[in-house]
Amino acid sequence: MAWFKRDKKGIITSTEEKKEAPDGLWNKCPNCKKALHYADQVENKYVCHYCGYHLRIGSKEYFSVLFDNNQFTELFENLHSGDPLEFKDNKNYTERLQESYTKTGLKDAIRAAHGKINNHDLVIACMDFNFIGGSMGSVVGEKIARSIDYCIEHKIPFLMISKSGGARMMEAAFSLMQMAKTSAKLALLSKAKIPYISLLTDPTTGGVTASYAMLGDINISEPGALIGFAGPRVIKETIKKDLPKGFQTSEFVLEHGFLDFIVDRRQMKNKIGTFLQMMKS
Amino acid sequence: MNTTFDFEKPIADLQGQIDKIKQVSEKTKVDMSETLTELETQLARTRKDIYSNLTGWQNVQISRHPERPYTLAYIEMICDDFIEMHGDRTVGDDKAIVGGFGTLNGETVMFIGHQKGINTKMRQYRNFGMANPEGYRKALRLMKLAEKFNKPVVTLIDTPGAYPGLEAEERGQGEAIARNLLEMSVLQVPIICIIIGEGASGGALGIGIGDRVLMLEHSWYSVISPENCSAILWRTWDFKERAAESLKLTAENMLKNKLIDGIIKEPLGGAHYDPATMASTIKDQILKDLHKLRSRDIDTVVKERIEKFCSMGVVVE
Ligand SMILES: [Zn+2]
Repeated sequence: MAWFKRDKKGIITSTEEKKEAPDGLWNKCPNCKKALHYADQVENKYVCHYCGYHLRIGSKEYFSVLFDNNQFTELFENLHSGDPLEFKDNKNYTERLQESYTKTGLKDAIRAAHGKINNHDLVIACMDFNFIGGSMGSVVGEKIARSIDYCIEHKIPFLMISKSGGARMMEAAFSLMQMAKTSAKLALLSKAKIPYISLLTDPTTGGVTASYAMLGDINISEPGALIGFAGPRVIKETIKKDLPKGFQTSEFVLEHGFLDFIVDRRQMKNKIGTFLQMMKS
Repeated sequence: MNTTFDFEKPIADLQGQIDKIKQVSEKTKVDMSETLTELETQLARTRKDIYSNLTGWQNVQISRHPERPYTLAYIEMICDDFIEMHGDRTVGDDKAIVGGFGTLNGETVMFIGHQKGINTKMRQYRNFGMANPEGYRKALRLMKLAEKFNKPVVTLIDTPGAYPGLEAEERGQGEAIARNLLEMSVLQVPIICIIIGEGASGGALGIGIGDRVLMLEHSWYSVISPENCSAILWRTWDFKERAAESLKLTAENMLKNKLIDGIIKEPLGGAHYDPATMASTIKDQILKDLHKLRSRDIDTVVKERIEKFCSMGVVVE
């Protein structure tokens, strides 16, 4: 359960930060190291047009990639984290939250919104990895739960975009119970026969994988995403062997039967739109 | 007791004194009963003092005591009959999760629990109570069987976590646990979950969705073990005591935070001091709760189960 950043591949900063930076008009593809201009990134749905690497993006970018005309109504936006355990490591949890608010401009590691995708109504809940490693605390669980209630009430399909290091340790058992909460709500969504699409993006691990991310009517992913329950380092330490190449990539997970398909981000909107159309007719 | 902990030293010291005086008194035929009575009173008081003021970490130590009873020991002590069932019908039989129908005062109950080994060889055989996906799928299969024949489910939780292995990932550890969470939340029979030792993370929760979630007095339940929490936050295991406090993982804290429904008292010092008494307390609790749950409409029971888990979490609006 490593909610902190992986240091292997660079994490793309949010677009707000990028514009303000002096060299903010471009950055390097973490895979092929070629310079990517910001305008080209937007144009190409944040996929490197040299090597096809899917840049790590947040809710703002996913909403713009998927919602028609980037139009949507954000839901439950004012939910904030409490500090029920008064958790303290080398920093108070409340301080850590304050820093994250300032650094990311986000209110927690998830945003939910109602909009249209190829003219089909859809609710999307999308995780933000920049906010404490996309960790799942009470706010993440509650926003997902409320989004599902909203979908049941308005009979709208639900798309969950996961991107998370797992549980939020500073909320300890409260965080753990978000797995139970979201799974119970998904049981109700399923009973209501409302489609649930789970999109697992780079990275999706820990308690998120072991709850809502794996429970889609269809589970889908992007190329090259890390998807797993235990983190690769923990597994390596446990089995005391090197991990095979491509272990825990979305391609590996597809091959083992836990994904329905992998879709290039540039075709994602249309593919999801087609699925929603099929479920309707 | 073969294993005593550092914090139990004052008890061991007093016990040692008492034993010595008894020996001397026997040999010399000198009456020392007054001193003995005094020491025994002191011993009783010391034991009570120590065991009612345990830190989080001390509870974790007790929960891992090598002589603490595990699932099959409890099943043997509380069931009149028990038929163990094996296999997930897909891949194999996970030895870290056991299950089967048992009878409890004439009522048939599906028991499912993590199983740890009682010696070095068995610990390996049971994979230290760390289940693979097959374990969670076997558990689900047995729960569905119980549902089909309208028998209640009792789960006994005791795991340091789901197994973080290569094959576990290949066979979908995440999906197996997730599926159980969803299915258990709507299972149409009463479910009682009891954390009897270690309740670590998703590996524990994977058989932990119930109408009554109870913890034995000295068990612990959290999102991560204190050692791993320490390793992540401080990059070393040295802060495990502090991590155990921060995680608020004791039964008392879990009840206070409304994340469990009740605590089952242990014999003084822990279940391993008196397994028979512990088993009979657990049996009484199960019978009492089953009686209550059975008297109610199952739709209401399931609805309240879902509502209970959905109310967990602290958010500010
Ligand atoms: Zn590239």
